This record gives sequence, C-alpha cells and structure tokens, in this order.
Amino acid sequence: MAEFVVFWVMAPVALGSALSMLLMRNAVHAALMLVVNFFAIAVLYAVLEAQFLATIQIIVYAGAIMVLFLFVLMLLGVHRADVGGGALRRQAPVAVLLGVALFVLLAGSVAQPYLSAGDACPAAAVAAERTDAPPPANGGCVGLASVNERGNVQAVGIQLFTRYTWPFEVTSVLLIVAAIGALVLGRKHERPEELVDRLPAAAAGPQADAAADPEEAIQP
Amino acid sequence: MSVPAGYYLVLAAALFSIGLVGVLIRRNLIVMFMCVELMLNSVNLTLTAFARIRGDIDGQILSFFVMVVAAAEVTVGLALIINLFRLRASVSADDVHSLRS
Repeated sequence: MAEFVVFWVMAPVALGSALSMLLMRNAVHAALMLVVNFFAIAVLYAVLEAQFLATIQIIVYAGAIMVLFLFVLMLLGVHRADVGGGALRRQAPVAVLLGVALFVLLAGSVAQPYLSAGDACPAAAVAAERTDAPPPANGGCVGLASVNERGNVQAVGIQLFTRYTWPFEVTSVLLIVAAIGALVLGRKHERPEELVDRLPAAAAGPQADAAADPEEAIQP
Repeated sequence: MSVPAGYYLVLAAALFSIGLVGVLIRRNLIVMFMCVELMLNSVNLTLTAFARIRGDIDGQILSFFVMVVAAAEVTVGLALIINLFRLRASVSADDVHSLRS
C-alpha cells in the first residue's frame, strides 16, 4: 500500500520534471527541473529497497553533479545559456517519433514480462517467510528482504569490498584521471605558445598540446 | 494495491526516451549533457528494479559504478564545454563545425 502511494506520487513527478526539463528554454530552469527529477528517483530507490543508493543519489547527483552544472551555467553567464530559438525545428518531430518508438520497444521488451499483478514485490514480512522458496522461473519478483536482512549498507559494502574490489579500485584511478584531466583542460594561459616552446620536443607530450590547443586558436 | 515491478521499468524506459529526445532536439550543449545524465539515471533505475526482481544486490553495485563514471564524465565534459565557450563564446552545438569542409 505504501509502495503504491509512493510510486504513483513520485513517478508522475519524475516524468513531469523530465518533460519540463526538455521544454524549459532557460538552462538554469532545466537544471533545477533535473534536480527535482533526481530527488524523485532517489525516493523510488528507497522504495526499491536500495536505501544506500537513494542517499548517494541525493548526495552525489543532486548535491555534487548538479552544483557543478549550475556553477558552469553561472560561469558562462545565464543570459547566454538560454537556447535561443528553442529546439531544432525540423528535426523535432522525427526525434519525438524516434523517442516514442524507443519507449514502445523498451517497454514491450524489457518491462512487458513483469507487468502483471503477480509481479509485485512481496512486502518485507512476507518475503522473510518465503526466503527458502526458489525464485519464480518466469517473471515474478523476489525482493531484497533476505539480502538486506542486516541492512542495505552492510550488504552493499560486503559485495563492494569482496567481490567487486578490483572494479572499485579501478574507479578510484578513473576519478583521479578525470580530476587531473579537468584541471589540465580548465587551465588558462596568457601565452600558451610560450609554454609549448619552453618544453623540449620530447617532453611536450599530448597533455601539453591538449592544454595549449584551444588557447592557441584564439590568437592565431 | 500493489506495484508490479514492471512499472518501474516502464518509468525508466520513458525517462530514457525523454533523455534521448532531449539530446536530439536541444542545441545547448549543457542541456544536452543534462539529458545524458537523465538517461544514465533511468538506466540506474532499471538496474535497481532488476536487482529487486532478481533478489540480488549486484544491480545496485553496478548502479554505483555508473554513478562514479557519470561523475567523472561530468567533470571532464564540463571542462571541455568551458574550453569550447572560451573558444567560440557560445555553448550551442550548432557553432561547433570546425571539421566541416
């Protein structure tokens, strides 16, 4: 019952905010609509027995990533950030048609086997009793009650630091590379050609070129 | 009064389609980027819904990795957009045609 109410409140919020993000002419308003959408999805995560994911969604997406977007929008100037003429006029009907086709395809292929009333996930109390029952062969929903028995954070942490340790470490490398890349890309030189000239030819790697290129083009 | 698990998948499919249409019809690079974020989020929702359907938490773990990659992607992508803005004084995708012959 609770899930029913939360889903039918939050799903229209998520859909509506996504659609209005698409239609907002001002990029800042679009960003704020995306924040609403992220919050709605976070609530749905909580309903889907992924409480830790819901928290991370709010902290990382609505907190960090959207703040980054808004920073860039403010940095570039709000008055320039509007679309200017709105969407592409001629391509828009084709794009909408493609989007509807993709939706029908996805809903018909991915979601269709789980749409009957028997596919509702069992409430936590019911699931705890039937943990020994094998999962339904076709369709059905097992639920995470037995996995989350000691808490969702514990379950996620155990998996993350045992089975997925290697991918976890690789993501840390990815984050460092992304941070350094953003630093290099965001650097601003008064005279970039001097920087390139000062370096010996062997040491002037692709990084120095990447940092200097955009600025060189300003002063040809 | 229950919610079949497929409803979440339908919602995620709708969000993904909206994101795709946004990438196709908007010209502002930042808004296009936000639409990509929306698509990533809808995929995360699908993964989480399937984690619950399967009774297996691996889908949630994969969602975490998607979030990390999305964070890295946003960092680099926005730095690229800032550089492009310095170069062209515009964030419209129509102004990026240096390779056009």
